[in-house]
Amino acid sequence: MLNLDFQKRLNHFLLDITASFQNEIIILFGPSGSGKTTTLNCIAGLSHPDEGQIELNGEKLFDGKSKVPVQKRRIGYLFQNYALFPHMTVQKNIQYGSNDDELVRQLTEVVGIQHLMTSYPHQISGGEKQRVALVRALATKPRALLLDEPFSSLDRQTREQCHQELLRLHSRWQIPIILVTHDEEEARKLGDRILPMDQGKLGSPDEFW
Amino acid sequence: MLTMSYSPLFLSLKIAAIATLLVFVAGVILARVISRNLFPGKSILESVFLLPLVLPPTVVGFGLLYLFGKNGILGKWLMDWFGVQVVFSWIGAVIAAVVVSFPLMYQSASAAFQNYDSNVENAALTMGASRLKVFFTISFPLAWPGLLAGTVLSFARALGEFGATLMIAGYIPGQTDTIPLAIYFAVEAGRMEQAKMWVLIIVALGFSSTLWLNWWTRRNVLLFNRKS
Repeated sequence: MLNLDFQKRLNHFLLDITASFQNEIIILFGPSGSGKTTTLNCIAGLSHPDEGQIELNGEKLFDGKSKVPVQKRRIGYLFQNYALFPHMTVQKNIQYGSNDDELVRQLTEVVGIQHLMTSYPHQISGGEKQRVALVRALATKPRALLLDEPFSSLDRQTREQCHQELLRLHSRWQIPIILVTHDEEEARKLGDRILPMDQGKLGSPDEFW
Repeated sequence: MLTMSYSPLFLSLKIAAIATLLVFVAGVILARVISRNLFPGKSILESVFLLPLVLPPTVVGFGLLYLFGKNGILGKWLMDWFGVQVVFSWIGAVIAAVVVSFPLMYQSASAAFQNYDSNVENAALTMGASRLKVFFTISFPLAWPGLLAGTVLSFARALGEFGATLMIAGYIPGQTDTIPLAIYFAVEAGRMEQAKMWVLIIVALGFSSTLWLNWWTRRNVLLFNRKS
């Protein structure tokens, strides 16, 4: 369970987040510049709120005074451009934060990327990169998974496939998944709960529907 | 047959190599710490780093004499505590070479550390890697082409340093006579054949290092950045 209750002053508004998530897929839906990525960064520990607290499975990740460093949070993060390590093969990318070969084997099988293991990121397609990044994030056995517009650069057909894979992975690895998007159809399809976000504030799911 | 001592060649290589090593370590660390962070005074600090690039070498030499001279703040301290004399020694030549070549290394390293998506480092951090591991396995390899370019340029610049070296280290045969100084004093003494020889050697060294760099860059960097 992920509990958020924090504030952070941004350039044009105050980011003010209060929410509680179970092992579900949450969609943060809103226009660019509404604070979605900063919210993910605060949860991951890449940046920090000014005050408040972040709690994951009973452990305080941030409480104003102390903060658990990003490396110790075990929160997977899938970046918009995937951020694969360009100088490493797919296999090296996936094994970078994981030494559980059995888990890596299972994950690569589920998303069907076994044949890409010796390729470099510049040799594979956008959809394949997305799958590799997803497997890489899950291979570290994260306690929560953050996805920042992970499907935005994919064509329609590949996006559909990736949606299915994410749902399949979530049914096997039950953790809170927070997905940022501004694609309404994607939000409706994937989200157990959709939270509209504007100017640093979360709206209620009713506002979306 | 021209008879001449080859000590300027070995001395120049020794001084340039030591200076490049120091400049590499300082340039990489400072560029990594400074380039991706925003803080008050950053522009001023970076301008100070690049100053030797735009100042006349004599001004750099004057500044070094002021600092490292027998009565200079650092010169006196080094003499009193370590018995090290900087002026009129090869150490002075190393310091001059470090100061004039540092801007090239810093600029190249700074550009190199900004030339890749910073989220690759963030991704590695979220995967549990320590900052040291991220630096050595992600940042350094990705910045390596730029770092190598900076190293080669710094080495070439250190090898060719003349003005500041002359002011702080002087021309003492066998001790501070680097190739550029040997050329100047050979010409002044009318030993044109000897000067020609040194000119050919230093041109060959400079040309081969930049040629190798261009070849390496084309071979490795283009391959790396090529899109499928």
